[in-house]
Amino acid sequence: MNAMDDTTGQDLAPAGMQFGIFTVGDVTQDPTGATTPSENARIKALVEIAKKTEEVGLDVFASGQQHNPPFVTTSPTTLMAYMAAQTERIVFSTAIAQITTNDPVRLAEDYAVLQHLSDGRVDLMLGRGNSAPVYSWFGKDPTKAVELTVENYQLLRRLWDEDVVNWEGRFRTPLRAFTATPRPLDDVPPMVWHASIRTPEVAELAAFYGDGYFANNIFWPKEHYQRLIGFYRQRYEHYGHGTPEQAIVGLGGQVFMRKNSQDAVREFRPYFDNAPVYGHGPSLEDFTAQTPLTVGSPQEFIEKTLTFADFFGDYQRQLFLVDHAGLPQKVVLEQIDMIGEVLPTLRKEFAARRPAGIPDAPTHASRVAARAQATVGSDTRP
Amino acid sequence: MSRVVIVSGGLGSPSTTRLLADQVEAGLLRADASASVEIVELRPLAHEVVDATLTGFAPPRLQHVIDSVGAADAIVLVTPVLQASYSGLFKSFVDALEPDALVGKPVLLGATGGTARHSLMIELAMRPLVAYLQAVAVPTGIFASPHDWGAEGKDALAARVDRAVAELFSLLGGGGSGRSRDDDIDLFSDTMLSISRPPAPPAD
Repeated sequence: MNAMDDTTGQDLAPAGMQFGIFTVGDVTQDPTGATTPSENARIKALVEIAKKTEEVGLDVFASGQQHNPPFVTTSPTTLMAYMAAQTERIVFSTAIAQITTNDPVRLAEDYAVLQHLSDGRVDLMLGRGNSAPVYSWFGKDPTKAVELTVENYQLLRRLWDEDVVNWEGRFRTPLRAFTATPRPLDDVPPMVWHASIRTPEVAELAAFYGDGYFANNIFWPKEHYQRLIGFYRQRYEHYGHGTPEQAIVGLGGQVFMRKNSQDAVREFRPYFDNAPVYGHGPSLEDFTAQTPLTVGSPQEFIEKTLTFADFFGDYQRQLFLVDHAGLPQKVVLEQIDMIGEVLPTLRKEFAARRPAGIPDAPTHASRVAARAQATVGSDTRP
Repeated sequence: MSRVVIVSGGLGSPSTTRLLADQVEAGLLRADASASVEIVELRPLAHEVVDATLTGFAPPRLQHVIDSVGAADAIVLVTPVLQASYSGLFKSFVDALEPDALVGKPVLLGATGGTARHSLMIELAMRPLVAYLQAVAVPTGIFASPHDWGAEGKDALAARVDRAVAELFSLLGGGGSGRSRDDDIDLFSDTMLSISRPPAPPAD
């Protein structure tokens, strides 16, 4: 493998896998300088990160939805619409949007508008959210998290797939002859991914509808994610969408790179040691050995990332977390540049190991084409 | 052949709690020479135990112990008494277990303390913990104070060990609680079934 491969990222896109950046949009103090960005600076930094993601040839930028400090990502469609207006190629996704606390009618409307504005460059990744209190802030019952996830998504699905909807459920007022507008672009709603790291019902939901399934693949050893990804693949087949290997899987990952491994370790250590999730616990060396985190050279990054396909099967989307733990924006942008530099090698190596029959990452164009083929038969979902 | 794992939460070295663990091991082998007994000391795993409480996952050496506990037919838990309860290290180890790791397992409880006045810690702290985990604790707890290590007390300690071990093997030979850890995902829960059965539109 050669990180200095002379092909560009764009040349090898869009077949096969998508690569991108995801963020939770935390405002965290830089432990080395004791400086903390303002909310304004952090929100503007996210926009800069999205533009850099496109500039270096990556395919996806994804942002979370959190409603508590220290996060600034309360309004994903506002943020992503602004970003989409300043980019031309990358796909935007939530990571995640809350299916539990958002009214499915608002989700259907907001993401349809965003889909039209961005010309189909938007996916919706759904999850439950990061804390119990958030449910009551939005008038929901935290003890009904899974039930809300299921019912809200069933309604969202119908609002997008059917022009006129009659609905009665447990968690919102009934709908009579309701039409969610605008209708999805080209009658193909945004691609939906379901994200969970511990709830089998979420994997089941993804499998039933033939949607994508995403495991954040940060913070824990791979074994924690294998169980639900395996379950999702098996249930994807059960519901008749294809073989387990054809299920649509996305993964996260976490990296800090420098040209020399020792420089990466030295520079990242204070950020690691004080990071909100794992700081003051395991050593950087133990944590990188035990989890998907890479702190090292581009070559080490490539090698570790390629092992993900061994653990989880060949997959469709790989997102990296690079802007956390109070890292300065300048360093974050350098990290995205470095990912861009190794991207041709990542694309080539993943493609080389990919057996025939593994689906490419779904895009709006590919899903419009698939729908055109499917309408010859029936266009109803299972 | 019964597989028994003894978890010793002793903090000192040498550790009185480990001595009690050794006594229980000897008792287990007196009762069943073919039993496979493994003693795990928590002190060398202290860093891993704290890391697990912070990160939510067990590092490899600790995971190995957790796997042994999960695979054992019966468990022995021994800890020093500290401030009216088990040691923090002992509890942090229990916190690192999956919530259902001990469901239905026979468990023998032991503790060490500076005086016999601490002896009810087994009943008042360890038993509720084990009950929460839905394990089946044997009726006899083994408490050892300095008195039990002297000439005067050692026979009484050995007698309590033999009685508790006999209770443990009796539980192992019977039906236990009839339950054990179930790793399977329940495909037939109400919420799981509701996924493939979206509500029908209301009749107009």
